[in-house]
Amino acid sequence: MIALWIVLGIVVILIFFIIGAYNGLVGFRNQVKNAWAQIDVQLKRRYDLIPNLVETVKGYAKHERETFEMVTKARNLAQQASSAGAAERGKLEGELGMALGRLLAVAEAYPELKANQNFLALQEELTSTENKISFSRQYYNDSVLKYNNKIQMFPSNVIAGMFSFKLGEFFEVTITVEKEAPKVSFT
Amino acid sequence: MWEQIRSNQVRSVFLIALIAGLLLAVGYFLGLYFFDSAVGGLVIALIVWAIMSLVAYFQGDSILLVMAKAKKIGPDDAPRLYNVVEEMKIASGLEKVPDVYIIDDPALNAFATGRDPSKASVAITSGLLQKLNRDELQGVIGHEIAHIKNRDVLLMAITAVMLGTIVILSWYATRVLIFGGMAGSGRRSSSRSGGGGGGAQAIILIVGLVLMILAPIMAQLIYYAISRKREYLADASSALYTRYPEGLASALEKIGGSTQQLKSANQATAPMYIINPFRKEGMKAADLTSTHPPISERVRILRAMAGGASFTDYNNAYRKVHSGKQAIISQTATAGIGAVGVRQASLSAPGELGLASGKAASKAAGTHEVSDLMLRLDKYRTVDCECGARWKIPPGFKDNNVLCTRCGRRIRL
Repeated sequence: MIALWIVLGIVVILIFFIIGAYNGLVGFRNQVKNAWAQIDVQLKRRYDLIPNLVETVKGYAKHERETFEMVTKARNLAQQASSAGAAERGKLEGELGMALGRLLAVAEAYPELKANQNFLALQEELTSTENKISFSRQYYNDSVLKYNNKIQMFPSNVIAGMFSFKLGEFFEVTITVEKEAPKVSFT
Repeated sequence: MWEQIRSNQVRSVFLIALIAGLLLAVGYFLGLYFFDSAVGGLVIALIVWAIMSLVAYFQGDSILLVMAKAKKIGPDDAPRLYNVVEEMKIASGLEKVPDVYIIDDPALNAFATGRDPSKASVAITSGLLQKLNRDELQGVIGHEIAHIKNRDVLLMAITAVMLGTIVILSWYATRVLIFGGMAGSGRRSSSRSGGGGGGAQAIILIVGLVLMILAPIMAQLIYYAISRKREYLADASSALYTRYPEGLASALEKIGGSTQQLKSANQATAPMYIINPFRKEGMKAADLTSTHPPISERVRILRAMAGGASFTDYNNAYRKVHSGKQAIISQTATAGIGAVGVRQASLSAPGELGLASGKAASKAAGTHEVSDLMLRLDKYRTVDCECGARWKIPPGFKDNNVLCTRCGRRIRL
């Protein structure tokens, strides 16, 4: 009789543990999804800003056709890949960031452009959007790290295996590109 | 959600329990004095506490914002400030962008309020907004958002209300006992069953009186201790969110260079500000009666973080500055996120709200923009004269033209 109670107790504890661990994993997975959606919002915002920015700069710097084309192409490529995985997107977004950096560097050479209120407002929006992209990426990667730790560490890894939770994918922008990412300069 | 408030909380919870104990003790002795029953006093203490808690919980943030004369702004009023708040909201993983307020005051300060993260506000003085560049602003807003995210606002409100209750109860009790002592003591002793217990009772009464006098002071010291701990955590969180401890460090340095006091602050709300609004020059290090750690020490810790931005780096820096004392942030909080690098500085001049540009012009432009913003929030209209002067028309202005004192033209409105 006592043995039965002990077994029953263990079973109940086990069930509670499984429920807790499962819910925890789902919570972390949702956090990762939510963080990914945040990045998406900011990337879209960047796609929307670029045509305006290109138009404004074009009005003052007509001879920089090459740069405009590069930015537009990088933007379109990145936008087309918006349903791809984190790794693929990271590469394309990195290239877009680099192209944007070049565009803003071009703008530096045109003092009248830098006095244009519309351009300055766009520049602030772009600076902020770049920051928001990197902050949402940072939060996403932190969430993925926590989620993956949960999946791989004992004892929650048992539950993760039972319900086949998949590891999250980090959003990395290729290092060489990242170094050249737009450093919006106000000098 | 409770992850942050739980981490690093053992000591905070212990300190809160201590204040709660003090509150109950005050109530207990209050009951013994005035009602001959400890229960009555406890009930009174709890009722006063409950009423104050309810007010603080539902009205605390609006009271605070009204008292601070803060004006709410939208994304178009101050694009850069609003953007920075959004950036920090994203970095911290807060579910909603807090309301943004500006306080028209030349003092350099900022605070956060709101009982839970979905109903929070951050406020910054116009003086501070003028002085900071983008990285510094990010550090300051990161610190305030950390107060929201770490649930410090709620924590400090709970503590402040208990402190307030203790102060009120003890103040009235000691007043009545000291000034009404003659009349009261006669009534009290006659109502007691006389005899052998008298000596012990006298001792209890004396202990109670001493406690009544000491309780507010003790509660205040505990309150300060909790507040200082939360400041360190908010600094560390800000560094983690921005990945750039230098931003907050240099903002704190700028703030520390000014000794202008904020007119609209008061003692109870002091812990919510980024620096102690009542700070005097030459305040001693680790002063027991301060809501905030000394600025110089906070700057030193942030600067000693040596290329990292995680809680572990902050702890190591804290140890370095304090030569080997214990960690300031608990293990549970530091675990989870591994090595965290620091990003590069962005280049931006102080004071610009995303509109002014150019380093030389920026300081004056920043001042101009912030004062224009304040006028706009006060519903002033602006008209440009042909001579280039810009006139700000107060909302109550009735005439349909103004005289430009610079060129003598009449400008139609």
